[in-house]
Amino acid sequence: MYVAVKGGEKAILNSHELLAERRRGDPEVSELGIRQIKEQLTLAVDRVMTEGSIYDPDLAALAIKQARGDLVEAIFLLRAYRTTLARFGATEPIDTARMAVQRRISAAFKDLPGGQVLGPSFDYTHRLLDFDLMQEAETAPEAERAPKPVDDDMPRVADILDSEGLIEIDEPDDEEREVADLTRQPLTFPAERDQRLQNLARGDEGFLLALGYSTQRGYGRNHPFGGEIRMGEVAVELTPEELGFPIEIGEITVTECQMINQFKGNEDTPPQFTRGYGLTFGHCERKAMAMALVDRALRSAELGETPAFPAQDEEFVLYHADNVEASGFVQHLKLPHYVDFQSELQMVRRLREQFEARKRGEAAE
Amino acid sequence: MSDGTRGLDSMTSDQAARRRWMGVLAKARLAELEAAWAGLDDRPTYTWLRRPEVGLVMVRGRAGGTGTRFNLGEMTVTRCALRVEGGSVGFGYVQGRDGVHVELAAAFDALMQTPERHDKIEREIIAPLEASQAARRQDRSRKANATKVEFFTMVRGEDVR
Repeated sequence: MYVAVKGGEKAILNSHELLAERRRGDPEVSELGIRQIKEQLTLAVDRVMTEGSIYDPDLAALAIKQARGDLVEAIFLLRAYRTTLARFGATEPIDTARMAVQRRISAAFKDLPGGQVLGPSFDYTHRLLDFDLMQEAETAPEAERAPKPVDDDMPRVADILDSEGLIEIDEPDDEEREVADLTRQPLTFPAERDQRLQNLARGDEGFLLALGYSTQRGYGRNHPFGGEIRMGEVAVELTPEELGFPIEIGEITVTECQMINQFKGNEDTPPQFTRGYGLTFGHCERKAMAMALVDRALRSAELGETPAFPAQDEEFVLYHADNVEASGFVQHLKLPHYVDFQSELQMVRRLREQFEARKRGEAAE
Repeated sequence: MSDGTRGLDSMTSDQAARRRWMGVLAKARLAELEAAWAGLDDRPTYTWLRRPEVGLVMVRGRAGGTGTRFNLGEMTVTRCALRVEGGSVGFGYVQGRDGVHVELAAAFDALMQTPERHDKIEREIIAPLEASQAARRQDRSRKANATKVEFFTMVRGEDVR
C-alpha cells in the first residue's frame, strides 16, 4: 500500500533550482547548445529517439540536455511529451530496399551485389583515446569522396538467399489486418510478431544486448550470422485522408539488421535458414543486432523449438524490456513509504518477540 | 523484394505529379523555401483552412523488411491547409515541428495547382529544389562509396604454381 504524504514543497523547489544549477555546471564554461548535441552527440540522440519512440532529433537533443546526459531519463521525457500530441495516422511501411545506403555490410557474403560499404563505423578503430580531441580543432574534417555514388541496386542479403529457397520468406501480411499498437493496447500473450517487434524496438538497449549475448553463450543457441546490417535514409510516406494518395513527408535515418540462423527443420519444414529482424531509428547498430537476436529467440515456439531459456520466454522478455516502466518501478522505491514501513516494523517486532519467547521456553525445558 | 507502396498503381497522372512536388517541398530545406518565396514576383495572399498543427504519425516497418507490418515508433509532423487567391487549395505535411516550412510547402502546393503559375514555379522552384536534393544525396553517397571494401585474394607462400 502506498499512502500519500504532504509537505516538503520548499525543499522540492530548492532541489529543482539546485538541479538547474548542476545542469548548467561551471558558468565559466560556455553553455551546451541543442544544435551541438544534435550534430555532435548523434548516437545519443539516435538512442533517445529509438527508445523514446519519437523521431525528432531536436526534441531528443533537448531531452538529453535537460536530463544532464542521463539517456534513460531523456527517453522518459520524450515518452511523456508524446502524450501531448495528436496522432495524424500511420505511415506506409518504410522500404529499406530503397534506402540511400550509408553503410551496408554482411558477415555471411563477401561478394554481394553492391559490395560491403563500411560507412562511419567504430569497427576498425583501435579504441585508443584520441588526445587530439582534447582541443577544439581549427578545421572540420572532411571525408573522402569516391568518383561515383554507391550502386543503385543494393538487394537485401535475405532476398539473395531467397532465390535459392534456402531461407524462410517473410511474406507481407494482409493489408486489412489491424497492426498491434502498444501505445494504445496493452501486451497480450501469446504475443504476435508485430507486438514483439514494436516492444523490442522501444526496448532498452542494455537489456536486449544482455539477452542477445545470453543466446550466443548457450542460453538458447541458434547459430546466428550477421546476414546484413544496413544504415541510411529512407523516405517516409503518408496517405492523408484529404488527398487519398501517398506523399513523402520527409526522410529518416534507420538501421536494419537481418540475422540469419541455422535451422535443422522439423516434420513440416525442411532444413533452412530462419531470420531474426532488428530495426531502429538513427544509427543504433548494437541495438539493432541485439534486437534481431532476441526476435529470433522469441520465435522458438513458432519454429517448434522448446523454449527453455530467458531470451525465449516472451512474457519475461516483453514485460521487462521497457526502461521507462522498469526505471519507474525500481525508482518508486525511493519515494516515501513511511506508513508501509511502520506497519512492517511492528510486524517484525511482534515476530521477534514470539521467536525470543520460544527460545526462552526451549532453554527452560 | 519491395512490394511498393499501397495506392501507387491506382494514382492518376495528376496525383502522381502532385505527389512528386509535395515530396520535393517536404524534403526541401527551410532556407531554400524562404529564398524561393522571397524571390516570387507576385506573392499571393492566402487564407487558412487549417493553421499549422504539430502532431505525430506512427512509422511502420515490415518484419524482415518484407513481411508483417509493425509499428516502429512515431515521428513528429506538421500539417496545414490554405487557399490562395484564385481558389487553389494547398496542403502541407512535413516532418518535424516547423510551422513556417509547412506553410510555405502548402503555399507552393497551391501555386502548382494554379494553371497560369504552374510552369514557372515548376521550372524556377520545384526542379531546382529537386536537383539540390539529388546533389546532396549523391554527395553523401559518394562519401559512403569511398568506404566500400575492395576485396582481393591473398596468395600465401612463395612461388605458388
